[in-house]
Amino acid sequence: MFASCADPKSIEGLTWAMCYLTSGKHLDFYWSFLTVLLLLALTAPAALAMGFAGATAARSRLLPVSLLGKGYAAIVRGVPDIVFFLFFVIALDQGLEYLKSLAVCENPVWPWQGLEFRVCPEAKIPLGKSSAFWHQAYGFALAVFTFALVFGAFAANVLYGAMNAVPRAQLETAEAYGMSHGQVFRRILVPQMWVYALPGLSNLWMILIKATPLLFLLGVKDIVYWARELGGSKTQAYEYPHPDWRLWYFLGLLVFYLLFTKVSEIVLARISARLNHGQATAGGEALRKAAA
Amino acid sequence: MKNLLLATALIAVSGAAFAQDVVRLGTEGAYPPFNFINDAGEVAGFEREVGDELCKRASLTCEWVTNEWDSIIPNLQSGNYDVIIAGMSITDERDEVIDFSQNYFPPASSAYVAMAADADLKGVVAAQVSTIQAGYVAESGATVLEFATPDESVAAVRNGEAVAVFADKDFLVPIVAESNGELMFVGEEVQLGGGVGLGLRESDTELKDKFNAAIQSMKDDGSLNALIEKHFGAEAAKF
Repeated sequence: MFASCADPKSIEGLTWAMCYLTSGKHLDFYWSFLTVLLLLALTAPAALAMGFAGATAARSRLLPVSLLGKGYAAIVRGVPDIVFFLFFVIALDQGLEYLKSLAVCENPVWPWQGLEFRVCPEAKIPLGKSSAFWHQAYGFALAVFTFALVFGAFAANVLYGAMNAVPRAQLETAEAYGMSHGQVFRRILVPQMWVYALPGLSNLWMILIKATPLLFLLGVKDIVYWARELGGSKTQAYEYPHPDWRLWYFLGLLVFYLLFTKVSEIVLARISARLNHGQATAGGEALRKAAA
Repeated sequence: MKNLLLATALIAVSGAAFAQDVVRLGTEGAYPPFNFINDAGEVAGFEREVGDELCKRASLTCEWVTNEWDSIIPNLQSGNYDVIIAGMSITDERDEVIDFSQNYFPPASSAYVAMAADADLKGVVAAQVSTIQAGYVAESGATVLEFATPDESVAAVRNGEAVAVFADKDFLVPIVAESNGELMFVGEEVQLGGGVGLGLRESDTELKDKFNAAIQSMKDDGSLNALIEKHFGAEAAKF
């Protein structure tokens, strides 16, 4: 990056440290923090949307829809996460390629041949000749989808419980004013349920933050991968040889995760205070007394 | 119509126009001097140079991909890349599930490295998971302690988790040389495997033939030996 870093083995001290910490590999490491943040920024709303859809479906008066919503939450919550992150992603990837092969291959054949999975080259996602960026973006998209599916099931259960926790009297009053089912849902139930859902959702958020190293299982190079790769002892084959420094890199990750969860706690506490405002709950009562 | 829409959508997802086919080379990126991620963040080492030269001679466009060692064969089979070039020794067990090209690195010795000359090689011995060395240690009567990366298996000896590590000698030589006498070779060297070859899907016979021809031409004109000497030193076994 800097001209003085051209020959790393001849420099030492601060210059060495500066060159070392700005090597291409370290820049990849720094970018991977953004990868993790981007994953969280995309997964959290997606999981919330999946959860909302699941909870709404579970409350439906149509039996099949209700069973679908309840079944989604029950099955996904009951299956170990590792199965989703190892097996489901491969199955999803191969399933997509199989569907694409039906559409684009000249003679689509059953692709699962013994140990191999074969589709014609045109059916690969992304295509073999696509740039590395598309391969990474595709892996990342699979990761977001899988995270959203898994965490959406937990969110569905939390939101389902929160919807049931809204006092029945509130809904009856709305109905007495002549609101339709949809209006009651939109105007009364949903605005009031968040205060009941927040503790459960904030737990999920914390767990989601700590689950991001699972990205590594999906082939996305996240901060844990780079910390292990950079920290491992390096021989003279590398430009910056050094002994085993994994401890320091993992300490750095520890600080990052602790800071991140601390900031999350502060933000969640503020949201909680706002949601409790004016509510007929113990939390709302405490706010009212504090203000008085 | 439905198929057409689906196809259009999926092509849009895969995001590239049709052009020349690309051969994707899968490596581990954690096994110097065979392959490693250099400080610029790119695949480097002996296999990087061999792979690029082979692709040039076979007139193929190649692209490098890294993958965890433990899942490197399953991901070849599911088509995430087309060739394994990761210091993988040719063995009968692996040959049952994938195909190998002819070797581009001669059969080499595996060796034990420990902190003390009198280390008990029947004790706890570290090795990388799914390697011929791990299999050998398990059969030798020692307790094998497996690690995901070769670097971690060496670190296990340094921090006392294992009394010795068993790995390719060519991988261990620079580590021992740079340990300031802390690490040393112990016990007998062992000959394992039939050399290092490219791993390919069994159905990819055409690609295998192309690479076999390219490897043969590098053996014939001595350029392969030159690369071995460059990365492994003058004492390394050559063709």
